[in-house]
Amino acid sequence: MALFDDKVKSQLSQLLSKIKNPIAINFFTQEIECPTCQTTHQFVEEIASLNDKISINVYDFLKDADMAKEFGIDKIPAIVVTDATKSIKGVRFFGIPAGYEINSFIAACVEVSGVTEPLPEAILSRIKKIAKPIHIQVFVTLTCPYCPAAVATAHRLAIENPNITADMIESTTFTPLAVKHNVSSVPKVVINDIYEFVGAQPINVFLDMIEKI
Amino acid sequence: MELTFNLPGLETIEQRTVPLDSSTLYDVLIVGGGPAALTAAVYCMRKGVKTGLITLDVGGQVAETSTVENYMGYRHIEGISLVQRFKEQVEQFEIGFLQGYKATKVIDGNIKKVECEDGNVYQAKSIIITTGKRWRRLNVPGESELTGKGVAYCAICDAPLFKDKDVIVVGGGNSAIEAAIDLAKLAISVTVVQLLPALTADKVLIDELSKFTNVTILYEHEIKAIHGTSAVEAVTVHDIKNKKDNTLSVQGIFIEIGLVPNTELVKNVVSLNEYGEIIIDCSCRTSRPGIFAAGDVTSVPYKQIIIAAGEGAKAALSACDYVLTNK
Repeated sequence: MALFDDKVKSQLSQLLSKIKNPIAINFFTQEIECPTCQTTHQFVEEIASLNDKISINVYDFLKDADMAKEFGIDKIPAIVVTDATKSIKGVRFFGIPAGYEINSFIAACVEVSGVTEPLPEAILSRIKKIAKPIHIQVFVTLTCPYCPAAVATAHRLAIENPNITADMIESTTFTPLAVKHNVSSVPKVVINDIYEFVGAQPINVFLDMIEKI
Repeated sequence: MELTFNLPGLETIEQRTVPLDSSTLYDVLIVGGGPAALTAAVYCMRKGVKTGLITLDVGGQVAETSTVENYMGYRHIEGISLVQRFKEQVEQFEIGFLQGYKATKVIDGNIKKVECEDGNVYQAKSIIITTGKRWRRLNVPGESELTGKGVAYCAICDAPLFKDKDVIVVGGGNSAIEAAIDLAKLAISVTVVQLLPALTADKVLIDELSKFTNVTILYEHEIKAIHGTSAVEAVTVHDIKNKKDNTLSVQGIFIEIGLVPNTELVKNVVSLNEYGEIIIDCSCRTSRPGIFAAGDVTSVPYKQIIIAAGEGAKAALSACDYVLTNK
């Protein structure tokens, strides 16, 4: 059975029509797929069928270990949204971006394709200055209406600076990781396993923390 | 696996907003981003006055509402979709727009000033305050230290994280009972702690809650303290009638005890009522000429999306009148 009914399909097509340059959805799963891997696999296939500018690469987490290494994938299901030349590699989703997270997924596809809202010059220059490797993990649930805003902010940082990797993590799919980071309210943002905050904070709050690292 | 996709589903409209500018003297500066603010923005721009808007986030409480079934024109719409529609209706105009920063202080005068977290001071001939409300806190020991570590305010967001755990819900109104129902489906046990001798939620919700066997309701009880180091471990509940304290071992506490107005920025500037709301007259005028207010932050009765939107329109028209007559 299809995940998207006709109404959702037409809404998605309309939203994805903003895509400017071709993008690739790089999906990591394994030969015998876990239940969420299966659903996520179907999700990426259906998304890719909606727009000609979206191509899809399916990788086996174990057999394609070199690709998993290239993208730094340590758990599945994982999605990395990249541009055609793979110059942007830091926009990642762990777990299925359904529920409210469909919005952060669409935003990622459109932004990676080269359509971004302008940022204030002061913010942009702060992002470009970040020289250390930064890993942002945004823990979400699919029923959280303001989680997509936090995910989109993290992804925007990753789009603007290749030193930044930003992950959406569906908390109930990766329970041990959520427990490790004591996630009991979402969105919860963890930066380099050192700094953390709860809530969809503006981009300058992300930057204030990153600059401390 | 049952999946839903909560999409706004919209036509895409060209965005024409411009950055808010601290060297411009605006006719009207709107502070806030909920239905009152966004409606006021549309009215001001259509009147042709120079308009700016500062808000931390767009949508206010509507963005946190799952479905809306009483905003005319939509029999049924997701809160986030309604916000998106409001936002796109504003974005068709060249309005000065600043999102992501909080306005911290309003300074009255012939030219009104608004101090903002971004370090700038913005100026206008008139101001509309539409800063809405935020969750009320209990103000008990442990609450702020453990917020996000088991102390939660958004049940639809955080309920999935409390599967197979023991939780408390504080409050007896609609939002508390809705939270208790969501949690009862997942948690081992749910204890509802209510200050009053009865629940104040709608009967349909109370009936639904009574179907669960893992829910206990403590009437005339209040929360005294929340304990835990890195996460909530226990909560001390006070029995008001029998003057007894009892400590319950729980991993989560959802606080659903209503809202407080965001009026810190106009404290000592305009008159507030006993609930801290900005007192307005039927034209959305505050106690200070040129400062208007609309929506949940004001003394207007009944906090509803449609009322906030209507009040926003009224405040905008009042502000435009003020600007034209005080040239």
